[in-house]
Amino acid sequence: MAAAFRTVEPLEYYRRFLKENCRPDGRELGEFRATTVNIGSITTADGSALVKLGNTTVICGVKAELAAPAADSTNKGYIVPNVELPSLCSERFRSGPPGEEAQAASQFIADVIENSQMIVKEDLCIANGKLAWVLYCDIICLDYDGNLLDASVFALLAALKNVQLPSVIINEETGLSEVNLKQKSPLTIRKHPVATSFAIFDDALLIVDPTAEEEDLATGTVTIVTDEEGRLCSVHKPGGSPLTGAKLQDCITRAITRHKEVKKLIDKVIKSIMSK
Amino acid sequence: MMETVAEPGGQCRLRPFSCEQGLLSRPDGSAAFLQGDTSVLAGLYGPAEAKLSKELPDRAALEVLLRPKVGLPGVLERSREQQLRQTCEAVVLGVLHPRTAITLVLQVLSDAGSLLSCCLNAACMGLLDAGLPLSSLFCGVTCALGPDGTIALDPTARQEQEARAVLTFAIDSRERKVLMATTKGSCSVEEMQQCLVTAQRAADTIFQFYRDSLRRRYSKS
Repeated sequence: MAAAFRTVEPLEYYRRFLKENCRPDGRELGEFRATTVNIGSITTADGSALVKLGNTTVICGVKAELAAPAADSTNKGYIVPNVELPSLCSERFRSGPPGEEAQAASQFIADVIENSQMIVKEDLCIANGKLAWVLYCDIICLDYDGNLLDASVFALLAALKNVQLPSVIINEETGLSEVNLKQKSPLTIRKHPVATSFAIFDDALLIVDPTAEEEDLATGTVTIVTDEEGRLCSVHKPGGSPLTGAKLQDCITRAITRHKEVKKLIDKVIKSIMSK
Repeated sequence: MMETVAEPGGQCRLRPFSCEQGLLSRPDGSAAFLQGDTSVLAGLYGPAEAKLSKELPDRAALEVLLRPKVGLPGVLERSREQQLRQTCEAVVLGVLHPRTAITLVLQVLSDAGSLLSCCLNAACMGLLDAGLPLSSLFCGVTCALGPDGTIALDPTARQEQEARAVLTFAIDSRERKVLMATTKGSCSVEEMQQCLVTAQRAADTIFQFYRDSLRRRYSKS
């Protein structure tokens, strides 16, 4: 009976739950799904992380390569993020060139890296004007159940914390680079940005961590990215229902709380890897 | 063809802006919006017949195409297109035209800072020129946070480069709520709220300009 109602009138079905301040999966409006993270699962990558936010599964692999720095910024390396939404993760994505959602997500991740300054590009430079690291961060969604941006930012952060770069010295005589794979050092991550996404329902209600079904019924989305000092790295509200400044402030407060939970989780996982 | 110029002064410190509507003959609606030296040309087609794959059963399908001044559209343009599309979808009463397609094409003519807010303003004037049913108007305002904490509205390209953070808001005309927000660089929460308040105040000037330009256009003089 409830299943039939859910198929025919999904919005009304949801409204019945929202009136009681809860959601069909039993969560409260401000509650996140169970977050799990697995670090270092891809041995062929320099750093990797698998993040599950409920059913949404995102894997991030970081590969480091060498390249010459750009002519106008000779002391900077490169970080190239790419978000892929293969047709495997959901029936709404067809195989072929990346769609709008994948491209917008890639741009969002690039903005988060740039705005938060989590990795300073100058740290990736090996020899000024000659050699620098390029970090290719591939974020692939394996199961799309909403809230792609949160999971992607989390996977990226965990994977970058896991990256071990081999030491590179430039031989003075030959001018060639020598890579020492036995001597590895981790990346300097200066800031830890964490994203929190909200879905706006009926122009008034804000629910945290929407599933794919909730995102389809929502009238808008907001994503707030904060770092550990409580500074805003990004306020991403791509259209949708209008919000007052006060509602935006509520989102930011919730995002700051979420940051603390995520940071604790990441620290716990990193510590468990280091102790091995 | 109707051109109007505004020279806002006082606290708003917006660059002088002007708008020309109905300048293209083929699209159903067109507008060119100029903010200082930044200008964007918007062309709107719709409601027109939609391709079967793209049509939605209960509302109009909106599509936005943003063409940069130089080069092919890349990932940044796709991201801007998504933001513009969802902003327009929030105001256009699409349910009045189901199974149709509304296409908004924006061409960047020159970029001297505050490009996204110029695109938003051009899009709104284009929607007005096309006569599409809207639940409210919207305008785009960009704020740049200088290294010393001062807020500069409608920044030039140089001010944007030197700024610590650049925030762009789309404000709606009914209750001055935030339709769209996007930030570049990092800032504190208080600074973001201050920028928002400044942007909402600046939106009053822009909405007055919309009103004046439409009044001038449609008054029989």
